[in-house]
Amino acid sequence: MRYDRILIRYGEMSTKGKNRNRFVVQLKRNIQKKLKAFPNIKIEYMRDRMYILLNGEPHEEIMEQLKTVFGIQSFSLAMKCKNDIEQIKATALAAVQQVEGKTFKVSAKRIDKQFLIGSNELNHTLGSHILRNTNHLTVNVHEPDIDVRVEVRKDGTYVTCYDIPGAGGLPVGTSGKAMLMLSGGIDSPVAGYLAMKRGLEIEAVHFFSPPFTSERARQKVIDLAKKLTRFGGKIRLHIVPFTDIQQTIHRQVPDGYSLISSRRMMLKITDMLRKKYNGLAIVTGESLGQVASQTLESMFVINDVTTTPVLRPLVSMDKTEIIAIAKKIDTLDISVLPYEDCCTIFVPSAPKTRPKREKVVHYESFIELEPLLQTAVANTETLIIDEEFSAEKEFEQLF
Amino acid sequence: MIYLDNSATTKPFPEVLDSFVAVATNYFGNPSSLHELGRKAERLLSQSREQVAALLSVKPNEIIFTSGGTEANNLAIKGVALQYRKRGNHIITTAIEHPSVAEPCRQLEELGFEVTYLPVNAYGRVEVETLERSLRDDTILVSVMHVNNEVGSIQPIEQIGEMLQRYPKVIFHVDHVQGVAKVPLDIKKARVDLCTMSAHKFHSLRGAGILYVRNGIRLSPLLAGGGQEWQVRSGTENVAAIVAMAKALRLSMEAYEQQIRQLHVLKERWFEALSHIDGMELHTPIKHSAPHIINFSLDGLKSEVFVHELAKQQIFVSTTSACSSKKRAPSKTLLAMGVEGKRAESSIRISLSWENTIEEIPVVVRAMKEAIQKLQDVKR
Repeated sequence: MRYDRILIRYGEMSTKGKNRNRFVVQLKRNIQKKLKAFPNIKIEYMRDRMYILLNGEPHEEIMEQLKTVFGIQSFSLAMKCKNDIEQIKATALAAVQQVEGKTFKVSAKRIDKQFLIGSNELNHTLGSHILRNTNHLTVNVHEPDIDVRVEVRKDGTYVTCYDIPGAGGLPVGTSGKAMLMLSGGIDSPVAGYLAMKRGLEIEAVHFFSPPFTSERARQKVIDLAKKLTRFGGKIRLHIVPFTDIQQTIHRQVPDGYSLISSRRMMLKITDMLRKKYNGLAIVTGESLGQVASQTLESMFVINDVTTTPVLRPLVSMDKTEIIAIAKKIDTLDISVLPYEDCCTIFVPSAPKTRPKREKVVHYESFIELEPLLQTAVANTETLIIDEEFSAEKEFEQLF
Repeated sequence: MIYLDNSATTKPFPEVLDSFVAVATNYFGNPSSLHELGRKAERLLSQSREQVAALLSVKPNEIIFTSGGTEANNLAIKGVALQYRKRGNHIITTAIEHPSVAEPCRQLEELGFEVTYLPVNAYGRVEVETLERSLRDDTILVSVMHVNNEVGSIQPIEQIGEMLQRYPKVIFHVDHVQGVAKVPLDIKKARVDLCTMSAHKFHSLRGAGILYVRNGIRLSPLLAGGGQEWQVRSGTENVAAIVAMAKALRLSMEAYEQQIRQLHVLKERWFEALSHIDGMELHTPIKHSAPHIINFSLDGLKSEVFVHELAKQQIFVSTTSACSSKKRAPSKTLLAMGVEGKRAESSIRISLSWENTIEEIPVVVRAMKEAIQKLQDVKR
């Protein structure tokens, strides 16, 4: 007898009342997409849990994949049998024999009250059956290595031995869509990850300033977006040509304010793209006080160009906390590559940390930015990135 | 031509040569250059790294490209010794290692390190208990080869890795050069910290190799300079050879899936055919040996002469390992296995690849018998 299914427990979704079904269906869809390399699996879902029937597919690889799916609180390898005490005994024994450990306990739950044996008696019966038929195991009810969980439900009895924590959060796509301003630094990919964790679907927006920024910087952003697709499926990456705008600002706006102005234009363009692609919010990697453009005064002046919600998942985080997450999601190594990006060129020697709204509006009034913004949006290049995305088709034959 | 010296080097796959030529022709930029040609070369390098890492089930940042197996072994051994010398100065290796492990160990002895060379049993295998007994408080490194290059014996890498779990301060290096795509090794499962591979042993070109370095292990660089390969191995990367290696590794692993059974059958047939030659003694253990190496000796015949005699008929075999065959010393591995000196001097190694066939066996055996006849006449 082998493990034949994976049991998936939902997290916060269970508090969603009548909306719960929508969340569950989205989760199922996300899992299906994630596991499309395993054609034989079947997914069954219920109000309070989901089962992946393995049908011979390798459970190790599937479990590895499941760790990156938001909306899963935890999951376990499981076996199912009929509600028959002899079968339950055999299944529990088989389940325990396939995992490592020296001590165990049985935690039986009788959810189907039609079943004649109570949970206490089940614990006792199954525990002694396992003890009799193994020679290395002893019982420890306080801190067992293996917790044999037996659930007698209406449709059958499920046996699991250990839980693996899932990624938590809500299924991607259940909270609507937002535009992520993806720079190439350490912060913005982490912000994107956290936004997806709350169920947001993400489209990424990157500002590209050739010839000041290079193909390498562009590639870096593609690589980062690709890392994020592990958590959220396909991601659309909008690459906005930003050179003209930056140069115009650089010429017209006094040094201390040019950075603020550039940021305002980036936000404006992102908002235009948001409208075009039906998003409802903008996500940034801003963290309060981290750099000049992220003081509260600066944020106030930059944010002034839009009333769209700007979500800042990192706002209260320290750099070290952000770096820890970047490491965990494997974006740090890419982020630290040292290429110039649109945020590092044209940096004023002394950017204002307490900019005044009136001043920046005044400076900007001398340039006609609107047509430049329109052009930038019109010339935006959109890539659809998935886990296999490769920009370099010409290399394919070489590998 | 019948080529039976694949442990010395393999013939590159044609597809691999195509990749090499294409990269060397079209993407000759320096990966560190800022311009477009440099970027493309860098991209090829990172794609190679990703492919190699995926094939080995490790992370891309755990792969260091070197110039080959010798450099990777030197980097692993000296790199650990110099980096961790404050932790201790005792190294454990085996009596049957390739010179690219044995010699750096000897150099380190001159610098004041102590090296224990573990014996092997009659099957050419190290015993895990013996290894555990040799561990000391100041042991910093254990280096054991996976597949022996001379006789093909397979070392108990997984068991050693498991045992070493109890000694977290000891770093574990494996020379996997002869094992790649012949005897699978799950680097993570075997708890290996450092692992050496060489391109030209799996149908790529010379001049490229791989050192897997587990995240968390630091190495003192042997080559200081421009800081390539995470500051550990400076020097402009040999992009064409590296891309070719990544492709060859994929093709070899695919060949493994499809043809390993065939290779085992081939080896058995060889064993069978050789056993009918008078005076022949088989040194490759029947169990726990690689599917591509067969080592035997011919009573009283100088192996070098025999190799030349076969070469006249375009049949290429080897004496011991190619690297030490010019030294005219009896095989170190065979001596360690307890083979008598005279025997060890007349040992021959046949090493197979995916391209060898059963049809070659009778041809070679006939040639061998003739050669033996001829040489024995001369001897009298």
